[in-house]
Amino acid sequence: MRRKKTPRTSPPTQALLPPLFAQWFAARGWAPRGHQLELLAHAQDGKSTLLVAPTGAGKTLAGFLPSLVELAEQPRNRPGGGLHTLYISPLKALAVDVARNLEIPASEMNLRLRIETRTGDTSASKRARQRRDPPQILLTTPEQLALLLASADSLTLFSTVRRVVLDELHAMVTSKRGDLLALDLARLRSIAPAMTATGLSATVRDPDELRRYLVAQDGAPRLAEIVTAPPGAAADLSMLDTRERLPWSGHGAYYAIHEVYETIKTAKTALIFVNTRAQAEAIFQQLWRINEDNLPIALHHGSLDASQRRKVESAMAEGLLRAVVCTSTLDLGIDWGAVDLVINIGAPKGASRLTQRIGRANHRLDEPSRAILVPSNRFEVLECTAAIEAAREGAQDTPAARSGALDVMCQHILGMACAAPFHADDLYREIRSAEPYAALDRETFDAALEFVANGGYALKSYERFAKIKQNKDGLWRIANLSVAQAYRMNVGTIVEAEMLKVRLVHGRPPKTSPQGKQTRFGTLYAPTKLSPESATSAAYTGPLRRGGRVLGEIEEYFLETLSPGDSFLFGGEVLALQGIVDNEALVSRARSDTPKVPSYAGGKFPLSTYLAARVRKILSDPKLWKNLPDQVAEWLHLQKKKSLLPKAGDLLVETFPRGGRHYLVAYPFEGRLAHQTLGMLLTRRMERRGLKPMGFVANEYALAIWSLTDTAARVRHGLVSMNELFAQDMLGDDLEEWLQESALMKRTFRQCAVISGLIERRFPGKEKSGRQVTMSTDLIYDVLRRHQPDHILLRAAREDAAVGLLDLARLADMLARVQGHIVHRDLERISPLAVPVMLEIGREPVYGEAQDEILAEAAAMLAEEAGAS
Amino acid sequence: MTHQRISIAGLRNAGAAQDILIAGVGFTADASGALYLEAESLIVVADLHLEKGSSYARRRVLLPPYDTAATLAHLTRVIARYNPRRVVALGDSFHDRDAAARMGNEDRASLRALQAGRDWIWIAGNHDPLPPASLLGEAHDEIRVGPITFRHEPRAGDARGEIAGHLHPVARVVTTRGSLRRRCFASDGARCVMPAFGAYAGGLNLRDIAFAPLFPGRAPHAHVLGRDRVYAIGHEQCHSD
Repeated sequence: MRRKKTPRTSPPTQALLPPLFAQWFAARGWAPRGHQLELLAHAQDGKSTLLVAPTGAGKTLAGFLPSLVELAEQPRNRPGGGLHTLYISPLKALAVDVARNLEIPASEMNLRLRIETRTGDTSASKRARQRRDPPQILLTTPEQLALLLASADSLTLFSTVRRVVLDELHAMVTSKRGDLLALDLARLRSIAPAMTATGLSATVRDPDELRRYLVAQDGAPRLAEIVTAPPGAAADLSMLDTRERLPWSGHGAYYAIHEVYETIKTAKTALIFVNTRAQAEAIFQQLWRINEDNLPIALHHGSLDASQRRKVESAMAEGLLRAVVCTSTLDLGIDWGAVDLVINIGAPKGASRLTQRIGRANHRLDEPSRAILVPSNRFEVLECTAAIEAAREGAQDTPAARSGALDVMCQHILGMACAAPFHADDLYREIRSAEPYAALDRETFDAALEFVANGGYALKSYERFAKIKQNKDGLWRIANLSVAQAYRMNVGTIVEAEMLKVRLVHGRPPKTSPQGKQTRFGTLYAPTKLSPESATSAAYTGPLRRGGRVLGEIEEYFLETLSPGDSFLFGGEVLALQGIVDNEALVSRARSDTPKVPSYAGGKFPLSTYLAARVRKILSDPKLWKNLPDQVAEWLHLQKKKSLLPKAGDLLVETFPRGGRHYLVAYPFEGRLAHQTLGMLLTRRMERRGLKPMGFVANEYALAIWSLTDTAARVRHGLVSMNELFAQDMLGDDLEEWLQESALMKRTFRQCAVISGLIERRFPGKEKSGRQVTMSTDLIYDVLRRHQPDHILLRAAREDAAVGLLDLARLADMLARVQGHIVHRDLERISPLAVPVMLEIGREPVYGEAQDEILAEAAAMLAEEAGAS
Repeated sequence: MTHQRISIAGLRNAGAAQDILIAGVGFTADASGALYLEAESLIVVADLHLEKGSSYARRRVLLPPYDTAATLAHLTRVIARYNPRRVVALGDSFHDRDAAARMGNEDRASLRALQAGRDWIWIAGNHDPLPPASLLGEAHDEIRVGPITFRHEPRAGDARGEIAGHLHPVARVVTTRGSLRRRCFASDGARCVMPAFGAYAGGLNLRDIAFAPLFPGRAPHAHVLGRDRVYAIGHEQCHSD
């Protein structure tokens, strides 16, 4: 037995394990691990438990062992025994994968269990049968569970449930899906009071958050039991030792592409993680461009068509691939078998994220995983250095659990009304037993109930159209069946950016055959490669044809930046946009191997506060530079000489003139979101002070603002002080005023409107019609904020924006921290540290106030034209 | 039906940035989405879609019930600015046939206050083919003022002097500074399609094929509604969605 840790309570022994199971372990040459037995002991005591274990520790088997043991002891083939164990996973693919793995012990021990999955892909007839005659173990997703709980037969279906297993809990609790799942868990506890919950989690910063999540809360914090598996072998973790020149900025890491390729060749199978879809596309394209050996290298990201992803996944499982370029869709626990190398391109953004990605390699605890970090610019070298140190120390910086979202609660209230009539008092109590809603006050709950019933408007004109109504008996019930149907269409918390299908309409074959076409992988995975002579982009000019292959889906906002004829990377190919018809982007293969429109999106994850602090520390202390690449250390030395490297607690602000403008660059290291918010607020304040700011650009580390007025001169004359400019009170009225009008707020509102059930997912309805008059939620937002600014949905949207899009808490912490610690350098020219952010100007969108300037510019062009003619 | 010759003085008024010349008649395009004809002391607004919110509510999509109040408040501001003798509502003033009957008392009172002391003309639209029985104002299928015809649905082909609504034109303007989507007047100088005025009225991109038959051989300019003024923008700068 490889048990290292002795549990605090009664030591579980092998005796807990029935002979059948002991024999099975022995036959496989295994010994049950300590944490598997501990979990079994807690389950047999009827306790809910959190299992914290690194990847590869046999987490899944541990989670199911209590269920298997219990089911094995039940009389064989007992008819109508009902649903015994529910397993909830954040990914359908993971549920399918786990079901497959679970069949092995079940069939080898001849347990005669029915183990089934239920996902969006499950057929209608199978779903109906599952409700009539449920399997003993059902593996599903939070959305499917919500749907089942909102059906009238939920009370009987779930009454037999003894255990619920929540996989990848650390990933779920930080999102609205986690809120939905918490509410569903509360309902499950009401239906089946004897049920216990098992949470499976990677290592997290604060396990108590998850322990509270697993059990009913009743005012005093209640904790589930915890079992911690021993950590695996330390990872072999390093940063790519590049011979190339490290770029100042950008996210591509193309400088290192040859070195990455050489590294792939040293491994059996490599996973190459990047932070965004666009990066995945670009790296994949670059790798194939130099893939002299025709290595089977595939691409995997969430926008690709599901069948394409399945092909990659099964080729991976069969060991047919040498490398997969992927995004965070593969962060979670799918077993990839023989991966022996993880390459992380770009900065990992968080120590825990890095640890989890490393965990994808080898999947066996006793062998160290090999992982190589490839920074894409100089600042990322610092970030990678900090992340490697943190991962070696086992430091964790997973985001804090959240307080429950109001829009999710609104959705849940309607779902519960669809299941059965309820008393408001009972539902309020049940919802408060869910950890994210433990602090919910009655007033807010009543406002949510009111919203679900008739919109929650001060103007009471919709009573007769109410979705749920309170009868004389005090019970709330749905007005009619169409309300339940609408609920079913809208369940879930994932509101994707508006996605358009990408359809290939003009399959004109390229002049040369794609490289690697002879191999099985080539046809499947290789990007189309064209000969140089055809490398001119020529848009197809004939009529648009329909009926081609769907390649996947792409965000509408990305396509909005393109004009017909523009080429871009998707699915590993260079495609030219032909037009957008009825919610589909029609594309053809571009006759070019260089896309016209690059899509350099930075990482979508913000730099964790923890890593930011470590980066500031590295910067401040030259003694820590000895492990940095020479060119980075030289850069920092130069900065020290020309300007200053701030102490860890200080905020450096530099001002310098350049090209007729005056620049102000600040280095808070708080991530792009917080910097964008700071930029918005700071430019407003500078505007009022007559400093004439013209625009700003933010990256993960710094913020640069340019203006017509010489701010530094004003500081010299004592007319402006930096402490005053960065004063905390910018988070008051300025923020409120800016937020009202901001596009961010409107986007957030749309999400809340969909999740809460105010509007339907298909609203405004881009259904085919002669006239696609679209009514956007922006119009609803504008009307609502003028007439009822305290409406619950506006409150929900503000709370979301503060957390997700503005990073307000982080900005507030930073402003508080730097008060009295702002170091201003009044420079004559740009400093070395400022170069990266200055290079972002022109590449990143520039934020400014006056949208009307766009119109003025366009109007000027017309005037010019008119004058010329 | 009203017929009146437009004085030459009225035509000379054209020239300032927000003025639109339609079939030789100079109108002021207001940033609210209304057109003002000073010579006639006339304001025209299209597609108010009053009670659209409650129309959705009947299907249990409970949009905020303030759209009628918001639209009327918007209309009150533009009427206060020009104090016109006559107001023409260019059809689809009500979102459905029962809409007028659903209007709340306060909204009803604000509308009455707007109508007091001026001529009010309801042009029939496809959403509101019949005149609102319980409200003041005359109802017409279309009216003519000099060379100008006001009707709801624009006719294909050469309809010089036609001012219509129905299509809710919006322009997506793209420049180096970024892009935005706003309501606009679409006009080639001969005719004009007005932006929708209602708070909940959606928009149809000017590049949609529905506009093509109206401007054969001649792309319309987009007179885009800005914060305080209207910007004339060339067709090339207006992109599809």
